[in-house]
Amino acid sequence: MQDVMMGEPQARGRFGEYGGRYAPESLVEACRQVEETFREAWADPGFRAELARLLALHAGRPTPLTPALRLSEELGVRLYLKREDLAHTGSHKINNVLGQALLATRMGRRRLIAETGAGQHGVATATAAALLGLEATVFMGERDIERQALNVVRMRLLGAEVVPVTTGSRTLKDATSEAMRHWVSATADSHYCVGSVIGPDPYPWMVREFQRVIGDEAREQYSGVPDHVVACVGGGSNAAGTFAGFADTPARLVGVEAEGGAGAARGRPGVLHGCRSLFLQDDDGQIVEAHSIAAGLDYPGVGPEHAHLRDLGRARYVTVTDDEAARAVVQLARTEGIVPALESAHALAWVIRAARDGELPAGSTVLMTLSGRGDKDVSTLKELL
Amino acid sequence: MTNPTLAVGAVEHHLRERRDAGRGLFMPYVTGCVTPNWTDYLRAFADAGADAIEIGLPFSDPTLDGVTIQQASDTALARGASTRRILADLSGLPDLGVPLVASTYYNLVLHDGPEAFCAALRRAGVDGLIVPDLPVHEADELADMAAATGVDLALLASPATPEPRLAEIADRSRGFVYAVSLMGTTGEQTALAASAAQLTRRIRRVTDRPVLLGFGISTPDQAREARRHADGVVVGAAVMRRVLDGAGPDDVRAFLATLRRALDQECDAPR
Repeated sequence: MQDVMMGEPQARGRFGEYGGRYAPESLVEACRQVEETFREAWADPGFRAELARLLALHAGRPTPLTPALRLSEELGVRLYLKREDLAHTGSHKINNVLGQALLATRMGRRRLIAETGAGQHGVATATAAALLGLEATVFMGERDIERQALNVVRMRLLGAEVVPVTTGSRTLKDATSEAMRHWVSATADSHYCVGSVIGPDPYPWMVREFQRVIGDEAREQYSGVPDHVVACVGGGSNAAGTFAGFADTPARLVGVEAEGGAGAARGRPGVLHGCRSLFLQDDDGQIVEAHSIAAGLDYPGVGPEHAHLRDLGRARYVTVTDDEAARAVVQLARTEGIVPALESAHALAWVIRAARDGELPAGSTVLMTLSGRGDKDVSTLKELL
Repeated sequence: MTNPTLAVGAVEHHLRERRDAGRGLFMPYVTGCVTPNWTDYLRAFADAGADAIEIGLPFSDPTLDGVTIQQASDTALARGASTRRILADLSGLPDLGVPLVASTYYNLVLHDGPEAFCAALRRAGVDGLIVPDLPVHEADELADMAAATGVDLALLASPATPEPRLAEIADRSRGFVYAVSLMGTTGEQTALAASAAQLTRRIRRVTDRPVLLGFGISTPDQAREARRHADGVVVGAAVMRRVLDGAGPDDVRAFLATLRRALDQECDAPR
């Protein structure tokens, strides 16, 4: 067990039995360099100050913690929203990317490689690259390019190269595979800016540390400790960052997955994309394609630390359907004047269901991370009107 | 650390013997179940003078493979390929006189568990194993089980591998050391990468185990050049592109024979 809940991983990048560095030999040295640089940087007050400066002046942090008054009234609970939708570029992804982009410059890399599903990580990467004078190459599944067209335009506007991925399910899983393949041939001048708490060590740990700002801010903004802390989980970066701020409190941690991409709730132990974790697999051990209305949750696995938190019983992982998520978008829009991303709407959909079912007793306090805004989803959402 | 002279299995024994006799080693690759009669390719490989045969157990997410092997994997999986089915096909084969080496991603090994997986390989007559997403520092649980069941687990070394780690890889590898010729994925290349010669030299300094160069080797000229540095070559994508384009066992045998001749000529050349 880790010395501190959600502290540094154990030896060899382990979170319990999960994690590790299952990378092809050609990437092992690059991963080691990333780890070494991150350890130095994270202990360097100068690096921390520079990141804090960018987070404040460029990304607009801290984001507010908004009491959702009218929705709380409807649900009979007291709901607070950590507003990552108000961070620059429209989601929490910018927190991690600014950290990794600074690391890349510290390592002398001049280009960022990224995978993206919903396009939010791709947009954040393109943004950080423009800000720091780096190049950016973003791999994105062909199917996601269609359904998140707005973000593709944004990335290109920001000067990034968007590479369509036509293999497999043509979504986030395949974009990640393609980004890894590309990185093998580009380690000398490029940094792979992984967008979630997945991948080989040190990524799951490093990305959680860069996202910890969500949980740390929320902890400070909320007086006391909420009964429940809730976030959506694809790979699980906004959830990891949120949970990190409350892991040492009695708050119940709930990760909400898409019904069709429930790695933590329904996955089995395996190895994919550089780490040992929980993945949806068939009877032969082949990875099963995920299916979700939310491109950012369309991933058949979950970060290794979430798998560990699940096994420990420290966090629990639940699922909601596409329909529940879509209805949650509309409910939040009409009660609070906030259009959430379909990903974030999954977390909300669970809160709504749990409040109705009495799983959240009347008057409970719930802090939920609203990981991103819904502009990118308008083409999917217009069907609902 | 295991004593390198212990637990050397059938693959290494066979390859050392042939290498020591002055032969350039040749290991062609085929994706299991890629066609209905895929085991006919194994016979063709043996007839063309293969010294070992690599059989891919296809995985849904082959993150170290280029487009050709990706396509071959997809084709095989669409035909219902699985570890079980491929090994069942192999079990029914007469002895080809050439050791068989399975290659796959670690998820498929973990699915059955290293012990059951290695035992199933042995039952099917497979004596070697390559797992490209299992680097040496994560290999303990499989390496120990492979050694106990008599499967030679060959580890990969890359141009990016630093010195002390290279020695560890060479020491812990069984069967041969798989030298990855370039910083990239599998797939045909127009020339042998400059990194191939340098990596092979570095490996030779730390081991006398057979060294096979793989990734990108696709023509007789490249095989000849690779043989100047290494004990032999692995040829995968160049075979599979032909298979995907419809080449039958006879066509593939004819192609492999050109590579075999190139390796033999290089052996006969004054050194």
